[in-house]
Amino acid sequence: MTPTSRRSWLGQRVAASQEVDSAEIGAAEPAVELVGVEKVFTGDRGRGEVRALVGVDLTIAPGEFVTFIGPSGCGKSTLLRIVADLTEPTAGTVRVNGKTARQARLDQDYGIAFQQAGLMDWRTVARNVELPLELRGWDRHRRRQHARQLLELVGLPDVAESRPAELSGGMQQRVAIARALATGPKLLLMDEPFGALDEMTRERLQAELTRIARESAATVAFVTHSIPEAVYLSDRVVVLSARPGRVSAVVDVELGDRTEDTRQAPEFFATVTEVREALRGRTARAAVPAVEER
Amino acid sequence: MTGRARRSAGWPGLARTGVPALFGGLFLAGWQALVVANDIKPYLLPKPSAIWTQLVDNAEDILATARVTGTNALVGLAVGALLGVLAALVASRFRVVDSLLVPLAAAVNAMPIIALAPIFNTMFSTTSAIPRRLVVSLVVFFPLFVNTLRGLRQVTPIHRELLDSYAAGGWTFARKVRLPGALPFVFTGLRLAASLAVIAAVVAEYFGGLQNGLGTRITSAAANTAYPRAWAYVAASCALGLIFYLVATALERIATPWRTTR
Repeated sequence: MTPTSRRSWLGQRVAASQEVDSAEIGAAEPAVELVGVEKVFTGDRGRGEVRALVGVDLTIAPGEFVTFIGPSGCGKSTLLRIVADLTEPTAGTVRVNGKTARQARLDQDYGIAFQQAGLMDWRTVARNVELPLELRGWDRHRRRQHARQLLELVGLPDVAESRPAELSGGMQQRVAIARALATGPKLLLMDEPFGALDEMTRERLQAELTRIARESAATVAFVTHSIPEAVYLSDRVVVLSARPGRVSAVVDVELGDRTEDTRQAPEFFATVTEVREALRGRTARAAVPAVEER
Repeated sequence: MTGRARRSAGWPGLARTGVPALFGGLFLAGWQALVVANDIKPYLLPKPSAIWTQLVDNAEDILATARVTGTNALVGLAVGALLGVLAALVASRFRVVDSLLVPLAAAVNAMPIIALAPIFNTMFSTTSAIPRRLVVSLVVFFPLFVNTLRGLRQVTPIHRELLDSYAAGGWTFARKVRLPGALPFVFTGLRLAASLAVIAAVVAEYFGGLQNGLGTRITSAAANTAYPRAWAYVAASCALGLIFYLVATALERIATPWRTTR
C-alpha cells in the first residue's frame, strides 16, 4: 500500500464516481462480519465482571446502512468500538473489509464520528477536517481544496476559517462528519453522533446523512437510541437486548429514497412500531428474572 | 479575529483602560489629600507628589537600574521557563521521572527560594549577576512546570480514540494533540511567572551583591531615610513587573489565538 496508489484511489473516489466504487465493493466480501462476538469487562482486581455483549453474529453488506438500537448499557457503543478496533472483543472474530479489525484500523479503512464532535479548539474548522489527510501526507494545497469540498458537502461552505468554539453544536457535529468522510472511507462508524442535538437540527442532519451515504456509497454502522432515527436512516435496524447485549431482532426497513414526506408515511410508522415492539418484547422478558432476584 | 478587533474599539475598550485609569487617579488624589490633611510624616507615608518629584529627578538612574533588574528577570525567566516546560515534557512522557520530579518540584516550591540569594551570593561571587538570575529561574520553574504538566495530561479521550482510528503513533499524537492542547496552560504559567520573575529579581538584590539594580536602590534609599526616593524605585519596580505581565499576556494571545475568540 504505497502512499501514491492510496492517494490516487482516494482522489478518484471522493471526486464523484460512485458507480465505480459500488461495483468494486459489490464484488468484494462483507463490509463487516461479526461471529460470536463477546465482550466482558472486568472490574478492579477481577471483581465486578460485566458481560456487555454475548454471542453477536452479524453481517453488514457493502453499501448498507445499519443502525444499532437498544436500551442504555446494552453494549451497542461497545460493539461499534469493537468494529473500530478501539477495544477488543473477549471472544469471537471481527472482519472488516475482509481483514482483521486491527488491520482495517491500521489501513484506515473507516471514518468515525462520536457523540461529541471532538474538534480541536486550536485548529480552524478547515484544518480540523484536514487532520486525517495531513496524517496521510497530503500536501497543503490538496488538503485545503478537499476540505473545502467536504465542508460544502455537509452544508458549511462559509466557516472554513472559523474556530470550532464559534460554531453551534449542530455545526460542530457536521464538521466532525466532514472529518470522518475526509479520506473517503468505505465504512463509516457513527456512535450517536446526533445524540446531543435538538430535534430540528437532528432531522436535518439525518436527511443530509442519508444523502451523503447514498452519494458516497459508503457502508454505515450507526448507533442510536432513537427509534425514528434508526428507521429513517437505515436499511436494517439491529435491535440489541438489555445487558448482556445480544441481537434480539433485525428489522428490515423498506422506505425507498428518503424525502421530506418519509417521516409522515404510514410505512414509516409501521416500521417504527415494529422496532418498538422488538425492543419491548426483549425488555419485558428480561425484566422478569430481575424481579425474581429480589 | 473579528471579535477581537471589535472588542478593542469603542466603549468596551474605553472601559478596559479608562475605568482603571480613573480609579488609579482617584486613588492617588485620595492618598495625596490624606497625607496633606493629616500632616503625615514622609517616613510613614510620603505624598504621591513627592514620589513623583523623585521619579523625575532620578529618571536616568531609574532607567539604568531598571534595565539591569529587567535583564536579570528576563534571563532568569527564560531559563526557568524553559527548564519548567522541558521537565514537564519529560515527566509526562516517563512515569518514573514523573514520580520523582513532582515531589521534588513541590519541595522546591515550598522552599523560600528568595532566601537562597545570600547562599548563592557566596557560592558564586558577589560581583556576578548569576545568583540573582538563578533565584529568578527557581521561582519561575514551578508555575511553568505544574501548568505545563497539567496541560499535557489533559487530553480529551475522544482525541485519543480519534488518533487511534487514524493509526497514529505516539509522536504524531504528541505533535497533533498533546502539545497544542497544552499550549494554553504553558502560557497561563508564563503569565503567572512573568510578574513573579520581576519580584524575585528585585528582592534578590536586597541580600547584597552588585549595587546596580532597582532593589539595591530601594534598600539604600530606605537606609538613608530618603523615603520618597525609595517609593519612587518601588513604583518603578511595579511598572517593570507590569510590563513583563503585559508582554506575557500579549504573547499568550499571539500563540493561542483560539482562546481570545471566546
